[in-house]
Amino acid sequence: MTMTVSSPAPAPAVETATYREALRAAIREAMTRDDRVFLMGEDVGRYGGCFAVSMGLLEEFGPERIRDTPLSESAFVGAGIGAALGGLRPIVEIMTVNFSLLALDQILNNAATVLHMSGGQLNVPLVIRMTTGAGRQLAAQHSHSLEGWYAHIPGLRILAPATVADARGMLWPALADPDPVLIFENGGLYNSSGPLPADPATIDIERAAVRRPGDDVTIIAYGGTLATALTAADQLAAQGMSAEVIDLRVLRPLDDETLVGSVRRTHRAVIVDEGWRSGSLSAEISARLVEQAFYDLDAPVARVCSAEVPMPYARHLEQAALPQAADVVAAALQLAGRHG
Amino acid sequence: MADFRMPSLGADMESGTLLEWLVGPGDPVHRGEVVAVIDTDKAAIEVECFDEGVIQELKVQPGERVPVGAVLASIDGAGAAVPPSGSAAVPPSVPVAPSMVEPVHVLSPLVRREAVALGVDLAEVGTGHDGLVHRVDVEHAAAQRARPAGPPQGGRVRASPLARRLAASAGVDLAAISGSGAGGVIVAADIGPGPSAPPPSAPPSPAPPARAPEHGTSMRQAIAALMARSKREIPHYYLTHTMDVSATLDRVRRRNRELPVEQRLVPAAFLLAATARALEAVPELNGTWVGGAFVPSARVDIGVVVSLRSGGIIVPVIGDAAALSAEQLMPVMRGLAARARNGRLRGTELAPPSITVTNLGDQGVDSVLGVIYPPQVAVVGFGAVADRRAVDGLLGVRPVVTVTVAADHRASDGAIGARLLNRIERLLHEPQKL
Amino acid sequence: MTPEQAQQVVEQAIVSAVPDADVGTLGPDDDLRETLELDSLDFVAVVESLSVRAAFRIDEEDYRELRTLARAAQFVAAHAPA
Repeated sequence: MTMTVSSPAPAPAVETATYREALRAAIREAMTRDDRVFLMGEDVGRYGGCFAVSMGLLEEFGPERIRDTPLSESAFVGAGIGAALGGLRPIVEIMTVNFSLLALDQILNNAATVLHMSGGQLNVPLVIRMTTGAGRQLAAQHSHSLEGWYAHIPGLRILAPATVADARGMLWPALADPDPVLIFENGGLYNSSGPLPADPATIDIERAAVRRPGDDVTIIAYGGTLATALTAADQLAAQGMSAEVIDLRVLRPLDDETLVGSVRRTHRAVIVDEGWRSGSLSAEISARLVEQAFYDLDAPVARVCSAEVPMPYARHLEQAALPQAADVVAAALQLAGRHG
Repeated sequence: MADFRMPSLGADMESGTLLEWLVGPGDPVHRGEVVAVIDTDKAAIEVECFDEGVIQELKVQPGERVPVGAVLASIDGAGAAVPPSGSAAVPPSVPVAPSMVEPVHVLSPLVRREAVALGVDLAEVGTGHDGLVHRVDVEHAAAQRARPAGPPQGGRVRASPLARRLAASAGVDLAAISGSGAGGVIVAADIGPGPSAPPPSAPPSPAPPARAPEHGTSMRQAIAALMARSKREIPHYYLTHTMDVSATLDRVRRRNRELPVEQRLVPAAFLLAATARALEAVPELNGTWVGGAFVPSARVDIGVVVSLRSGGIIVPVIGDAAALSAEQLMPVMRGLAARARNGRLRGTELAPPSITVTNLGDQGVDSVLGVIYPPQVAVVGFGAVADRRAVDGLLGVRPVVTVTVAADHRASDGAIGARLLNRIERLLHEPQKL
Repeated sequence: MTPEQAQQVVEQAIVSAVPDADVGTLGPDDDLRETLELDSLDFVAVVESLSVRAAFRIDEEDYRELRTLARAAQFVAAHAPA
């Protein structure tokens, strides 16, 4: 898969890299810059990571800092929390978001809560990376998009890099955050390539990014659905409809200003979310648009989400369950009272 | 009992101000009698009533601005009023009196039980092809009821929040607008030109009580909204044809020597007569574009653009213009122009035209390429009559006029427009027939 | 009819035929139709009104005599029956 997207603030690109390579470069940089940083998770060491993100890092940094863990998400996420409380800066990799549910107790009841329960005395400077999303025929136990659940939890910052530049640049500011940050890597993006910014330090973890400016409709996407949204915008342009594409980048806290500002101009919104529709992040965004931009809406907010089924294994069924560009195009045209 | 309602005096009228009552409670009124003077945003219009009866109550006082369709007065002793289409708008919801509904004969007890269970009034249920009420008809009626009421069912108008906000700030009545959004929803584009700059984030305050704006300003706004809509929605094509009018001018000169001064003719009457006749032969340009299709008009009702010296334009209509000769058109045109200028047009003179004619020849322009008045599909323009070199077998100087047509390419193609211009030219060569 | 009376008659004819025209701004040698923005319908109304007031028939051929206030007054003074 190839993605051609612009970086949020056009930094001079020095080279092209894959999303996977960008993540690895970010980990390497963090480990080099700060001795307190270490990586742990299932198969991150000798195997090089389930998705080959940490390939070669064991050889480079040794088993003290690239740590293979037992198959117990609760145990190693808990260990990460403890390490963070103890003054280290752990990066914990969880293989997929489905498996992270085993660690949900640690993430919600400890990582997100300790600062509050300690009366502000104990920060948890932990970063958890995990894979999310479908599209690779990994069936219903490895393919879901549950980041919206985590975006529900106060005390966490949730990031979803959709571009190579964000994959490269988001880790360091996440480590610098004194509180827990979860980074969701859509599995379909690892092989995508794009320009690598010369200065990754310019990347923020606060704001959404307008990936394509437009006037007639705002398409809001993130992670794996950004490419879908951009493809839809191309097709809409061919039909005379100018779509603005916003990449959320930060799922919590949501950048209301960018979202609402765009919809105030375009008067129409389509939200593309690989999660299930009911109770989803798309539902939250829709509610905020209605709360804050109601009198600027010229049509109901539209959503294109995954079918509410466990993600199928069969390729054609899996594709049918996922949001497709054609669905986004149809939704946008419908908002404008047109039928494509 | 009938209601006398605020009529729609033009496709773009949304509300009007009652200026003057010419009748009072207890006065008998007759069909066609002028009973009130209404100020649209364009002019003061004398409005006729469509019922026979006695005025019972005047419900709106002079100076009040009310939306199209609002009840102005009630008329006692009047039967069911059926306003002629086009000249007066019926509000979206007209409740049907129970007495007007035919009694239905229900044969099946099952149908009765179903109707009770679903809370359906059998008197309102449509029947099957055999004239009987079936179970499916009851279910259909229940389903209809469950659906949110659309505009024709009355009640709340379906409009987007942005459209509502724009309408409130522009003082536009949503009930008088047809929506172009999905499912007929009124969207911002239907209100008129939207705000170009993003509005402030503060929620809008309720619309201030409508103060009648200055005439010029509101007319300007009405023209702005209509013309912007035209250019936004209508793909115009333009054709130009310069025609020899020596025969017509000879005819005008000869007749003016014979006619009394008060019946004196101007060439414009012949141009108008030729246009009206030509439209009979080219009906593709005489009508409206409604709901994605062309609707031809049975008559040629020509809107004539009258420019006001104070600024702005007004477009009164000459109904069934093709039935009038040039000499019959002359007094009609003079009366119309005079009444338009002193702001006393009659309601019927502001009925929606089927085509518009604009003549800027008196201002000396060579030609005028008009902007179509939606939902019409064409506008014919006349420039000045001028002496030009012409080659017609012999080289000579002849009086010519440049005639243009701007037409809606959705409804017709260039060949149709060309046919109209050729037809007008041929008619102007035989003015004795006009 | 004196030229002064004739001018008055012309002005009255204009005002009665085209009440919204601003005769006050009209100079004696201004082009009537251009200054007052009279179209052909307005102009025939003025001619008709003038014909009645001055009590003689004005033909199309005479229109050029009505180009300005001064010329029209002269024309009316010369042709109006005493």
